[in-house]
Amino acid sequence: MTDLQIKTDMSHAAAPSMGARENKLEVRNLDFFYGESKALKNINLGLATHTVTAFIGPSGCGKSTLLRILNRMYDLYPGQRATGEVLLDGQNLLDPKLDLNLLRARVGMVFQKPTPFPMTIYENIAFGIKLYENLSKSELDGRVEHALRGAALWTEVKDKLNASGLSLSGGQQQRLCIARTVAIQPEVILFDEPCSALDPISTAKVEELIDELKEKYTIAIVTHNMQQAARVSEFTAFMYLGELVEFGQTTKLFTSPEKRQTQDYITGRFG
Amino acid sequence: MNALYSARARKDKIIRVLCYGAAAFGLTWLALILFTLFSKGFAGLSLDVFTQMTPPPGSKTGGLANAIMGSVMMTVIGVGIGTPIGLFAGTYLAEYGRHEKLSFYVRFINDILLSAPSIVIGLFVYGAVVVPMGGFSGFAGSIALAVIVIPVVVRTTEDMLLLVPNQLREAASALGLPRSLVIRRIAYKAARTGLITGILLATARVAGETAPLLFTALSNQFWNANLMKTMANLPVTINNFVQSPYEYWRQLAWTGALLITLAVLVLNIIARLLGAERKPK
Repeated sequence: MTDLQIKTDMSHAAAPSMGARENKLEVRNLDFFYGESKALKNINLGLATHTVTAFIGPSGCGKSTLLRILNRMYDLYPGQRATGEVLLDGQNLLDPKLDLNLLRARVGMVFQKPTPFPMTIYENIAFGIKLYENLSKSELDGRVEHALRGAALWTEVKDKLNASGLSLSGGQQQRLCIARTVAIQPEVILFDEPCSALDPISTAKVEELIDELKEKYTIAIVTHNMQQAARVSEFTAFMYLGELVEFGQTTKLFTSPEKRQTQDYITGRFG
Repeated sequence: MNALYSARARKDKIIRVLCYGAAAFGLTWLALILFTLFSKGFAGLSLDVFTQMTPPPGSKTGGLANAIMGSVMMTVIGVGIGTPIGLFAGTYLAEYGRHEKLSFYVRFINDILLSAPSIVIGLFVYGAVVVPMGGFSGFAGSIALAVIVIPVVVRTTEDMLLLVPNQLREAASALGLPRSLVIRRIAYKAARTGLITGILLATARVAGETAPLLFTALSNQFWNANLMKTMANLPVTINNFVQSPYEYWRQLAWTGALLITLAVLVLNIIARLLGAERKPK
């Protein structure tokens, strides 16, 4: 899967390359505004199908902003707007007429802080499934188990499915949120610093999970942890001050970056 | 010892004494009120209070049955009318209208209503309901109580919903939930105990209101469950009886005051217990 062609640097990024067909998501000439201030400047990149793409950069560089455009999360707040194109299988998801609920069912998101719903572990998973599918109790049970297994949580919670989701540990809560996202069978999963509130053991579990999930899903992950980006992703985008500085294969970006800024950031010399 | 440090320690001592003093001063009056109420109120407590009607002048028997019933009825109806309106308005302020200009005005007006003297609300309902309907009634009393309930519930609903972290709303939206379901199934659920607490506190607030009932429900010496007629209730009965020359009436007034206080106390305790439940175990 990793040999997909992808635009490996900015000089090619503006024009869709041959690899564009293989991209699940294609960002073109994207600008983003918080009110008057411009937070993203002319972003161009593609997320290759069934790969993990990492977004790194200092705080405030716009990487989370970019992620929140991919499922139109910014639409919840007034005064935020995006211009340009973001194509999901060729369909522009910035289209104002687009049904956001259907979009978000296709593009799932896992947040920085674990956010279990105030209901049982079982309901946390079943809730999302029941929104879109009318299943019998046994089918639903099967789907819940499948999702929990998929998030490597099943053995830990199978005897207390009726306990509150809030009773789990932080790492378990985060895997519950991943299970909940996977349960509704999205096509893309966005991770917004999913491990920054977790201890190293939970982090390792979530990273393993991300590695397995890419078999079925296209994944984008924002992280402050460069080792994490290097461990889990095939492609990495380095952003700075709202611009995409460098985008390419993770191994290349971390070993021989083309841009000076990238070099400075990954070596920790960044000012 | 360092001079700065000892000066600070001295100040700390003075402030601490002042704080304890102020707390003790406030609590003393509360204790005195409760002591008087309990000693005078319990003296008149008997089964008759719950089974007999309010007595005519001069009578040495009688109870508060009709007043208790009227109070419970009007409080329940008032809270029943005021709660849904308050919940909806509070939901608008915290959810749909959070970034709207209109919310600012609604919140401002609600705050005024919250602090409006209840006698003004009584007069308003007198003009708006009693006069057009041609007479005092339990219905008008319920409306007056509802008007008091609304701003309390609006305020607590908004506050409680604002306590629900936005991340939870985002997480729910990220699953493809429409706005209405995010509010109903996630935000209400997360804020549930707070919302119930707000309703209980509003109930406690109106249970003892006298002024809004004076010009609306008036009072009634007899058993009456007809909302279209004047209706007995505890606060107005207390108000009338306590000013009377009859010893027995004044005793009943004390007992009535005790009953209201106990009811409010129980509601507050329930609200506290529910509030405590939400803290992480």
